Amino acid sequence: MLNTKLRKVDIIFSPYSIEPYDILKLTIKKNKEKVIQDIIDSGLRGRGGAGFPTGMKWKFAQQQESKTKYVICNADEGEPGTFKDRKLLVEVPRKVISGMAICAWAVGASKGVIYLRREYRYLINDLNKEIEIYNQNAKEIGLDFSIEIFLGAGAYICGEETALIESMEGKRGEPRNKPPYPIQKGYLGFPTIVNNVETFASATMVCRIGSDEYKKLGTDDQKGSKLFSISGDSPKEGVHELELGMTLKQFVDEFGDGDTKAVQIGGVAGFCVPRKQFDTAIIGEGNTTGGSTMIFNSSRSMYHVLHNYLDFYAEESCGQCTPCRIGTQQLLKGIEAVKSGIRPASYLDQLIKLAETMQITSKCGLGQSVTNSFTSIVKNFREEMIY
Amino acid sequence: MAEVKELVKKLVEKHGRERQNLIPILQGIHLENNFLSKEAMLEVAKQLDIASAEVYGTASFYSFLDTEADGKYKIRVCKSITCDMKGKNEILKTMEDMLRIKVGETTEGKRFSLIETNCIGLCDKGPAMLINDEYYTELTPSKVRKILGDYIRNEY
Repeated sequence: MLNTKLRKVDIIFSPYSIEPYDILKLTIKKNKEKVIQDIIDSGLRGRGGAGFPTGMKWKFAQQQESKTKYVICNADEGEPGTFKDRKLLVEVPRKVISGMAICAWAVGASKGVIYLRREYRYLINDLNKEIEIYNQNAKEIGLDFSIEIFLGAGAYICGEETALIESMEGKRGEPRNKPPYPIQKGYLGFPTIVNNVETFASATMVCRIGSDEYKKLGTDDQKGSKLFSISGDSPKEGVHELELGMTLKQFVDEFGDGDTKAVQIGGVAGFCVPRKQFDTAIIGEGNTTGGSTMIFNSSRSMYHVLHNYLDFYAEESCGQCTPCRIGTQQLLKGIEAVKSGIRPASYLDQLIKLAETMQITSKCGLGQSVTNSFTSIVKNFREEMIY
Repeated sequence: MAEVKELVKKLVEKHGRERQNLIPILQGIHLENNFLSKEAMLEVAKQLDIASAEVYGTASFYSFLDTEADGKYKIRVCKSITCDMKGKNEILKTMEDMLRIKVGETTEGKRFSLIETNCIGLCDKGPAMLINDEYYTELTPSKVRKILGDYIRNEY
């Protein structure tokens, strides 16, 4: 493990020291294989939450034989507690767009789409202006890759890459079976790369500073810097760029309000870490990379927190597969029944089993990850679930 | 009826007849009519040559596509946990009192609809809400009275 301290970094939001389109210009003069290898070597992983190695995704996409390939920027951030992608699109859109263009050049794609969540419609005019500027630059450097915006219509599940593609194809946002993966058969059946907004911005910065510099940051498990969307009981709410690898204790000392009881890492789909584990829990090792971090102090009822999460899940489950559709509703009803005394406390153990079953049997990440927050809250705050 | 047909025709010409243009077409109708009427959806199905159930299936899946008419101004108050912690309920109560409706209802004359929504990505500045496409953050009851008051004055 490399880093063990809380260190602030300033890579992603740092002002353009050289124009991102200059990075693009320089990069596309290089060897494609080398650039992809550089991304692989940097250790960069998807910043949307699933954490798939970015360079590998690019490599697989490059290997696909197809005249048409798509590069999609996933700007459908809907995970409660996440707002970093909005900030990126507002403050450094050129780093994001450059990353898309570098990716497209490397894998041989000519069409790009930014899938913007419907809730962020107010960003669309400024983004379109940025895209115009990019298109002008692309023309000048002779890059055959155009970008347009697809506006979502309001559904959390569309952040899942195959649901996103279904939605772009004019269908309900219901995740597909994998394989085939989008890099094999994505939008309209063509090889498609779907990466998160931050992933593209980070890829631009890997090309700027080189993989050797980039991988000096972070832990063995997760290299580089990461944006954290911090909200809740914190005097420093907002987006912070940190090196991965600090303990939660260090994190809470910096961002908590002095009375932190629990921290939710990785959004509702992630884990809830109680105070007693702050010393041992390391951010970036084994937990998700979405960056949503919600801080709760002693005044908060963890029953109320869990109830809020389950209400969210029950609403946002797409309803396609039974374990997730019924499971989310039953977990919600279940904790209500225990709280009101209709069911005994031991019923919580049955609910944990149900959540674990959902992890095995659900079709996509939504149903599979309910157990993360459910089990970590019920196990660590059992008394709050009962009384 | 004729107007709807005209609108759908215009949008289909703009976006294309392929299935992947369905959502942009529906969004275009929504922008004009504030909801997707049965007539509009049937016309879209006809124009794109797909089953009307497919159109309805897609339209009813998404929270920003309404298949029933509601308020001209749609107020979406974020109910996700951090906005909730910072006083979402007080914000809702203030608006319920001002509009004389409950959450989930629409005012007479279909001017305002008040609903709760899941995370809108403004968690560091909660409580937050959207009124149509405008966002409002760090809400307090007095701030809400001012914001909503301005809308109401412009509307009546």
